[in-house]
Amino acid sequence: MASRFPFYLLVGLLFLAGAALSIHRHITFDIPWLPGEQRQTWSIEARVDFVAHGEEVLASLAIPSTQPGFTQLNQTAASPGYGLSFVERDGAMRAEWSIRRAKGNQQLYYRVDMLVDPYAIPSLPVRPPAIRVNVEQEPFATAANQILERAVERSATPYTLARELIAEFGNQRQKAELLAQQKSKSLWTVQLLQQAGVPARRVHGLFLEDGRRRQQLTEYIQVFDGEDYELFHPETGVQGQPHNLLLWQYHSGPILELMGGSNSNVSFSMIQQEQPFNIALSQKFADNQLLNFSLYSLPLEEQALFKNILLIPVGVLMVVLMRILIGIKTSGTFMPVLIALAFIQTSLVTGLIGFLLIVGTGLLLRSYLSYLNLLLVARISAVIIIVIGMIAIFSIMAYQFGLTEGMKITFFPMIILAWTIERMSILWEEEGPHEVLVQGGGSLLVAIVAFLAMNNEVIRHLTFNFLGIQLMLMALVMLIGNYTGYRLLELKRFRPMLRDDHK
Amino acid sequence: MSEVIKKQTWWQRLSERYAHPVRLSRMGVLGMNRRNISYISRYNPRHLFPLVDDKLKTKQIALEAGVTVPELIGVIREQHEVRDLAGIVADCAGFCIKPANGSGGKGILVITGQDDGGYHRSNGSIAAIGDLERHVTNILAGLFSLGGKADVAIIEALINFDDCFSGFSYEGVPDTRVIVFQGFPIMAMMRLSTSDSNGKANLHQGAVGVGLDIGDGHALRAVQFDKPILLHPDTGLNLMNLKVPHWQTLLELSVSCYEMSGLGYLGTDVVLDRFQGPMLLELNARPGLTIQMANGRGLLPRLRQIEALGKKNRMTPSQRVEYAREHFSE
Repeated sequence: MASRFPFYLLVGLLFLAGAALSIHRHITFDIPWLPGEQRQTWSIEARVDFVAHGEEVLASLAIPSTQPGFTQLNQTAASPGYGLSFVERDGAMRAEWSIRRAKGNQQLYYRVDMLVDPYAIPSLPVRPPAIRVNVEQEPFATAANQILERAVERSATPYTLARELIAEFGNQRQKAELLAQQKSKSLWTVQLLQQAGVPARRVHGLFLEDGRRRQQLTEYIQVFDGEDYELFHPETGVQGQPHNLLLWQYHSGPILELMGGSNSNVSFSMIQQEQPFNIALSQKFADNQLLNFSLYSLPLEEQALFKNILLIPVGVLMVVLMRILIGIKTSGTFMPVLIALAFIQTSLVTGLIGFLLIVGTGLLLRSYLSYLNLLLVARISAVIIIVIGMIAIFSIMAYQFGLTEGMKITFFPMIILAWTIERMSILWEEEGPHEVLVQGGGSLLVAIVAFLAMNNEVIRHLTFNFLGIQLMLMALVMLIGNYTGYRLLELKRFRPMLRDDHK
Repeated sequence: MSEVIKKQTWWQRLSERYAHPVRLSRMGVLGMNRRNISYISRYNPRHLFPLVDDKLKTKQIALEAGVTVPELIGVIREQHEVRDLAGIVADCAGFCIKPANGSGGKGILVITGQDDGGYHRSNGSIAAIGDLERHVTNILAGLFSLGGKADVAIIEALINFDDCFSGFSYEGVPDTRVIVFQGFPIMAMMRLSTSDSNGKANLHQGAVGVGLDIGDGHALRAVQFDKPILLHPDTGLNLMNLKVPHWQTLLELSVSCYEMSGLGYLGTDVVLDRFQGPMLLELNARPGLTIQMANGRGLLPRLRQIEALGKKNRMTPSQRVEYAREHFSE
């Protein structure tokens, strides 16, 4: 029919939009399709040792933040008696400890959790350093210039120049040894690169290996080509960042600045941890609101709430399927979904027993109420009070018998239970116990199916992480709402019509 | 080999219990989903539903349209009017009190006669005026209405049932359900109460449904609990001998409900009065599907035939009845 075209277009658009949103989230935010995937995180502890001179101490340690390959999750620092603050200076984060008076050996601890995250978005932009040219004394200046000239001749780009410079230090041993008397090779390389007009600086990285202690930082040379940069190993000239190298100090600035102390040393220990991706993600998004429209930016309690709310459409879909495609009768259209939500809290068996207990006893008490001929609102109110009373009594009884499971009975939605009892009771009077069994059993069956669907780990994962799924569910429900075929139970009902069709 | 046999028996067992959907649709059986989407929501405007759900409104439009209905003795709308009940019914030998929004025959109190001792109920007991007043109070409070809404009590003259159905029905009132589609009677069925249904004419409670030929009103087939039967389960009479008198009048009465209510897909419930002939009891905007089983035929071919028919609007009710009797007869 032509007039149905806009409908199918709408359904198709909804479905496509939902699918596109979901795929976008999967690709952009690296959210896996299946639950239970683990993400690697590193807990790294930096320990600063020094000897204090008995006066004010100010220690400032470069600390890493989110960078390509790693997302910073959380950081803590422990040092008794010291004041602590995390400050940003010259585009880099630093931890600063301070104390009015300290003497003797001091230890400061800084601990950070980094998530291995190929999709990390650096919190601070990496900017090329300003070019600064130092004037050196002879004979160092001549030796350095010779090395630089050779390297410039044999290179074309900033990266090749850096590689050739490092190689030239290896080739021209004598000059290299002479230069090394004044400052380290990596500093010379950086200085010569700057002299040639190439922004470069020395950075410090940490090789991540599980369970290592007392590790030191490794020097690297960061060479810029416009906005891009590459890392070079100052000894071997190998280009590129090893996957397990975390840049600790990668902005211009020292690793540790210390006032009022001496003999300082920074050492690192680290352990690797596997965390479920959702914990890792909620930490990642915890303080990053502008990043995306994600439920992970909500507080944990609201997240848990949303987890259940977003499951309701799945339960509703089950009701739609069971009623329209199968033809099961339920008492109250969406009552089974609410019962299923209660089952999620109570676990299935406890929930079923509790439900049958409350509704059964409620029906008995309600049958007495119908003798009293009350008005509807008053009658339902009475049933609600009865339900609350029963829940209280059953909880106390369960507790006395040591069945803590029984306490979960309180998760049932009481108003819904009262209405269920009321409806069942009217059904009993009007249509007899058979119909009560049919509709009550149908409701329970649908509730169990909805529970199984909603309690499914994969479905919980998908509905919570991919809001696009909601649009797809919407499209599906609308599509089923257009179904004009037979219901499964109608095939059974109309079966006797076929028999004499044969004869 | 054994696996093949097992598979066959499995398949046979399935096809014994379930109808193949293709065969059902070839028979033109109308399913619940298609009824709701393609007929009720397409042909029955929502704002007209209250006309048929409220028996008082139905009665009022029927009276305006000149459709025969049981005589209305009185209406009690407010609690303070309940005191007038005795005065309202003073001159009637038999009457019944029913809620305007009752469902499934609930809340209907039938009084067959009154004398100094009190009011004689149809089940043989005798009620005092106080009992009747309490019943009306219950109706007004919404005890019998859907969702417990406050309701109105209707007091109607008793129907004098035609004797032609004696023996076909146990206790209750046999009524004739006609499905009227766009003003054409397309399928009919008589509902006979049984001891299973406690004297009620509700099919899912165990009443017998007898499919009636649109041509002349004779029985085609009978079902109880969706299963074919031949004899009345209580009286043992052969249901196939059933034939409804005043057939033409009955169909014309049903058909005129289309103009009166404006509903395109309608179920009319008609009873036969000994003196006044067919009378409209109530209308139903969501008639059930069991009528197909009672007739052994699907509704769809007839619905489609009417949908495809041109010049429907120019036909008078009696022309439509004529058309249906000619085309939908066996």
